[in-house]
Amino acid sequence: MNFWELFKVSLPALLEGAQMTVRIITVGIVVALIIGLVIGVINVGNNKVLKAFARVYIGLVRGTPLLVQVFFIYFGLPTVLDFRLSAVTAGTIAIAINASAYMAEIIRAGILSIDNGQMEASRSLGLSYFQSMRKVILPQAIKRMVPPLVNQSIISLKDTSILSAIGIIELTSSGQIIIASTFKAFEVWIMVGFIYLIVIEILTLATSWLERRWTV
Amino acid sequence: MISVKNLKKSFGINEVLKDINCEIKRNEVVCVIGPSGSGKSTFLRCLNKLEEITGGHINIEEIEISDRKVNINRIRQNIGMVFQSFNLFPHLTVIDNITLAPIMLKKINKKQAEEIAYDLLKKVGLIEKVNVYPDKLSGGQKQRVAIARSLAMQPSIMLFDEPTSALDPEMVGEVLNVMKGLANEGMTMVVVTHEMGFAREVSNRVIFMENGYIVEEGEPSQIFTAPQNERTKRFLEKVL
Repeated sequence: MNFWELFKVSLPALLEGAQMTVRIITVGIVVALIIGLVIGVINVGNNKVLKAFARVYIGLVRGTPLLVQVFFIYFGLPTVLDFRLSAVTAGTIAIAINASAYMAEIIRAGILSIDNGQMEASRSLGLSYFQSMRKVILPQAIKRMVPPLVNQSIISLKDTSILSAIGIIELTSSGQIIIASTFKAFEVWIMVGFIYLIVIEILTLATSWLERRWTV
Repeated sequence: MISVKNLKKSFGINEVLKDINCEIKRNEVVCVIGPSGSGKSTFLRCLNKLEEITGGHINIEEIEISDRKVNINRIRQNIGMVFQSFNLFPHLTVIDNITLAPIMLKKINKKQAEEIAYDLLKKVGLIEKVNVYPDKLSGGQKQRVAIARSLAMQPSIMLFDEPTSALDPEMVGEVLNVMKGLANEGMTMVVVTHEMGFAREVSNRVIFMENGYIVEEGEPSQIFTAPQNERTKRFLEKVL
């Protein structure tokens, strides 16, 4: 079997794996952005209790390996709590939580990069803190957050390969499965790598298109 | 209209305002002068609670603003503030800068808010800049838009924190003219400024601050020609 024959045979399974990867990362990023925004805004605010919680959350998530988090959520939690998660749900939660801590810090930095005079001007007009955040600070801060957020999304996308460890058949593990039956490690890993590259390239192009539209 | 009693403000161990007492009446234009570090700006920022006060009382139109139960957002709608560094919202056009707060807070629709904004832009002489973004404006134009933005909330008090200090000299006049017009309309104004000409010509009263205290206050003719306090004399000798 030459490379192209192997490619044709493997492609459907690889694309199915890629589809799983994209599904997990899409949901993961959306959830991570929401959690990250909440934690990030808490972190620039004045509520000491919430802030302490936010710091602990970020500390725990950043201070432990993703694989440990995945195992904890998939194998650990069900032993003490009375529920069972599917591997895909557990994996998506782990990816989302992991990315959210890094995104929270990106969002915090973005907000802090906006000159304090903006908040003061908005508050002096009578807008509340949250109205000012929504209408004045965040619209400016988001433009600065986009490049590092895209960066984090790319890292998280590649991190989904770790989920092969709990039996999710995403892109990496579909590669492993094909190799197990064909013994073509060299060719298949090239294909797997290439598909990751394409997905990430699409993501990058889409966001830089978005950025260009925003700055006009 | 504004009544300040025993106002104190500290930043950590640094006591910036030590014991400020003053009354500002409706339609009065009060200029606050003094050397840098004297607490003028901090005093002004306490009046709309941009700085949380450490002690004393500030009463604005019969409302004690240091009271925790007071809705400070509601009070600030009635107090316009103009900053040294303009602080226009760079992501919004001139018209959107002006209409943002009225649309959100005054329960009026976009069209009504824009009509008010057009009138204000005419007043500050910038009607041709309606749809321009702030980074395309000169410093003087920015500050005039900032004044229009504050006026759009139809406040009864306007605070100015060194409004011309960040401007090139040739642009100071256009901003001062707008402020002069406002004073002539009877707006109650508190102006922290280094423009002694403006203080002398436009204000009803001048407050001289130094080292966290009001050292002397009086009519501009008296302060500028016959200051009573040694420190006022020394300061005016340097700046005039």
